Amino acid sequence: MIAHSIFFYFFSVIAIFSSLMVITSRSTINSVFFLILDFISVGCLFIMVGAEFLGMILLIVYVGAVAVLFLFVVMMLNVAEQKQSWFIGRKSTHIPTGLVVSVLILLELLVVVGGWKFKEDIMSSSTLILSDISNTHQLGLVMYTDYILYFQLAGIVLLLAMIGAILLTFRQREGVKKQSYINQVTRSPLTAVELVEVKSNQGVKIDD
Amino acid sequence: MMEYLQILGQEVYKIIFLLIPILVSVAMVVWLDRRVWGLVQKRKGPNVVGPFGLFQTLADALKYIFKEIIIPASANKVVFILAPIVTMTLALIAWAVIPMSEDLVLADINVGVLYLFAVSSLGVYGIIMGGWASNSKYPFLGAIRSAAQMVSYEVSIGIIIINVLLCVGSLNLNDIVLAQKELWYVIPLFPMFVIFFISALAETNRPPFDLPEAEAELVAGYQTEYSGMMYAMFWLGEYANILLMCAMGSILFLGGWLPIIDVYPLNVIPAPVWMIIKILFLFFLFALIKAIVPRYRYDQLMRLGWKIFLPFSLVYLVLTASFLFYFDKLPKVNI
Repeated sequence: MIAHSIFFYFFSVIAIFSSLMVITSRSTINSVFFLILDFISVGCLFIMVGAEFLGMILLIVYVGAVAVLFLFVVMMLNVAEQKQSWFIGRKSTHIPTGLVVSVLILLELLVVVGGWKFKEDIMSSSTLILSDISNTHQLGLVMYTDYILYFQLAGIVLLLAMIGAILLTFRQREGVKKQSYINQVTRSPLTAVELVEVKSNQGVKIDD
Repeated sequence: MMEYLQILGQEVYKIIFLLIPILVSVAMVVWLDRRVWGLVQKRKGPNVVGPFGLFQTLADALKYIFKEIIIPASANKVVFILAPIVTMTLALIAWAVIPMSEDLVLADINVGVLYLFAVSSLGVYGIIMGGWASNSKYPFLGAIRSAAQMVSYEVSIGIIIINVLLCVGSLNLNDIVLAQKELWYVIPLFPMFVIFFISALAETNRPPFDLPEAEAELVAGYQTEYSGMMYAMFWLGEYANILLMCAMGSILFLGGWLPIIDVYPLNVIPAPVWMIIKILFLFFLFALIKAIVPRYRYDQLMRLGWKIFLPFSLVYLVLTASFLFYFDKLPKVNI
């Protein structure tokens, strides 16, 4: 077990260090890189406790997709390096906002952990205590049967968020020519060439 | 303590004996790629250094090693140096789970497919980091193109993998291979194989989807500012990734290390040889496509990914699931 605990401390030290760097580093890009490092080490911790499915999904979803978009946004916005330290800046609103959010999260964690600790039959009522099948099978067994409603609800919430985001940013630009593959493929020599009578001083509109 | 050291030593030994063949085969595969490309265009391709020009890539590598590494003055140095390292590391660590035969695999983990998928989705970071850290417009444009392209095509690759997993009932790569003992999945899932192949081309930035490094528009994309060994590392990573995609395709669809049919002269050929033959076959297709297909336009690329591949593979997923359900062929989980 020595090797196990060495690896555990290795990953958790990296996780804590990189999450500290996320909030203290001056340049936003570095923050995002440290966030990615944080995700990866937390994913490794997940794998170490035997939740290999969750760890891999964390890597795929958060590191592979979400953090890429983070990085995109930060690079595109071209946020300059923070000139003044967040602790010195007089008009800085980061600290109060961050404090409120973190206190809220702490309270939520307390409620969750406390409730978990004092609910005695939570282990006995669980259907997941089948130690000889793998983590992924266990999830698969309950996800689409016992928890189908929550699963579908979560999916619908995500779908709504996606539709909302598309709706907010969608705009129909005018004068954009679209390529119609069906028209291109099905046109025949007869319709492709057209003879037009050009009237003088009026011209003719060819491209529609 | 001695025990740990012994285990560690054994693992390091195994890792070295996995990595050296991969690096050598990457070099050989670059030669194969250029050779096929040349033959399609009625040229000879590299044929001077060594027999049939086999040592051409080694000569190139030597040249890269002795070249000076130039780091642009305005570049973010740490990220600039980190980018090729990330690319190459990610391309190499994925090989840990690829089974070359039933027991010839470094890490036979339960979630092998997810691991492969995760590592290949991380591959985009090397490119973004390289493009951004160069602090120049062509690399940045190339990096952005590449990131959008890789994220888009990952979605359809994910759904294709789900198709295969539905038939297998396990995320372990060896289980996937063994499930194809009767019938390779390329036959019932042929449309998925085609889409997987095309998505793999896009995922590895190969022609006809090599827009991130489209030389006519972007000089060399994210690699523009790189030189010497760092450029070579990008290259190695890229080709190792291509080989990885070929390995993934042969495991998911072509029966991995299984022989074509289980009859006498074929089943005495050792399993790794079959695996290598299949990888090389897929790579040959990659190389052919590089030579014969013109480059896509960017909006066509996005349209193909989101409007054609994604809906089609979703529909096929529903079809596969309903077929397995109604004919009672869903894989049984033994608990």
